[in-house]
Amino acid sequence: MSDPLIIAGREFGSRLFLGTAGYPNRKLMLDSIAASGTEMVTASIRRISLAGDDESLVDVIPKHVHFLPNTAGCQTAKDAVLTAELAREALETNWIKLEVIGDRELLYPDTEELVRATETLVGKGFIILPYCTDDPVVCRKLADTGAAAVMPLGAPIGSGLGICNPHLIELICARSPVPVVLDAGIGTASDAALALELGCAAVLLNTAVSKARDPVAMAKGMRAAVEAGRLARLAGRIPKLAHAEPSSPQFGLVGT
Amino acid sequence: MTHAAAEANIRVNGQDEPLITATLAALLEEKAVDTGQRGIAVAVNGAIVPRAAWPHTTLHPGDSIEIVRARQGG
Repeated sequence: MSDPLIIAGREFGSRLFLGTAGYPNRKLMLDSIAASGTEMVTASIRRISLAGDDESLVDVIPKHVHFLPNTAGCQTAKDAVLTAELAREALETNWIKLEVIGDRELLYPDTEELVRATETLVGKGFIILPYCTDDPVVCRKLADTGAAAVMPLGAPIGSGLGICNPHLIELICARSPVPVVLDAGIGTASDAALALELGCAAVLLNTAVSKARDPVAMAKGMRAAVEAGRLARLAGRIPKLAHAEPSSPQFGLVGT
Repeated sequence: MTHAAAEANIRVNGQDEPLITATLAALLEEKAVDTGQRGIAVAVNGAIVPRAAWPHTTLHPGDSIEIVRARQGG
């Protein structure tokens, strides 16, 4: 069954986007990317180490995998815009995971600055995927401002708490004019499956794989979960009932 | 005004230092940045300088330069 995800005209066979941070080593990162089947990975933009100990990320990622650079750590629209422009130059892509943080401990998005940065970057020709709160109004505003997708959080970054408010995520998906990518909070495969079941177009995760005891096996698990969640979504789940509904015929019972 | 403050300084990745190179390309060479490598970008005073313009971008006292690289991230 062909069921591609399309964001800003780009087609993805995989609905899993993977972060590249925090793996025990580079080999496990690359093996996890391969096992996940992802076609887009995130990257950060950081000041170069003038001590010269940096290793390039660009040359090791397989050619068929797109980069989605982020503006992680930025706290103002101004810094995020400059970081996005540096990312475009460094990675030769106008796609950006726009992140403007309002609280360094909670890593919670600053909506005001996020909308402002989205506005500016739309004007500069970027394809913007903003990391945002799980708020239908915020998601709507970002889409109206020109975001190519919206990426509400399931739970705080790196927390692994899963989708804390599935009802809101479902509402956002039902009302969003652009694809919804569940970003942040995924802890295990069932969380990723749930995101797709709720109507998300894709999932972006990092820590759940990179910090798993066996990252490659978890990457494989996430791949299967995203596929399962998508299939279930398309199939249409049965309604929830408050009582039992027998699945076996109620006639021809043995005995009495 | 101290002697140091009167010197022509630039700011590189948040660190003040004396301006001793004429161009951006010379600065990158002085910093041993492998400019042939992909994944590197430079901004001067908040404006991106495309790779092709590095050799003929002149540095001036007070310039603020950001040299960045794509790294692992989430």
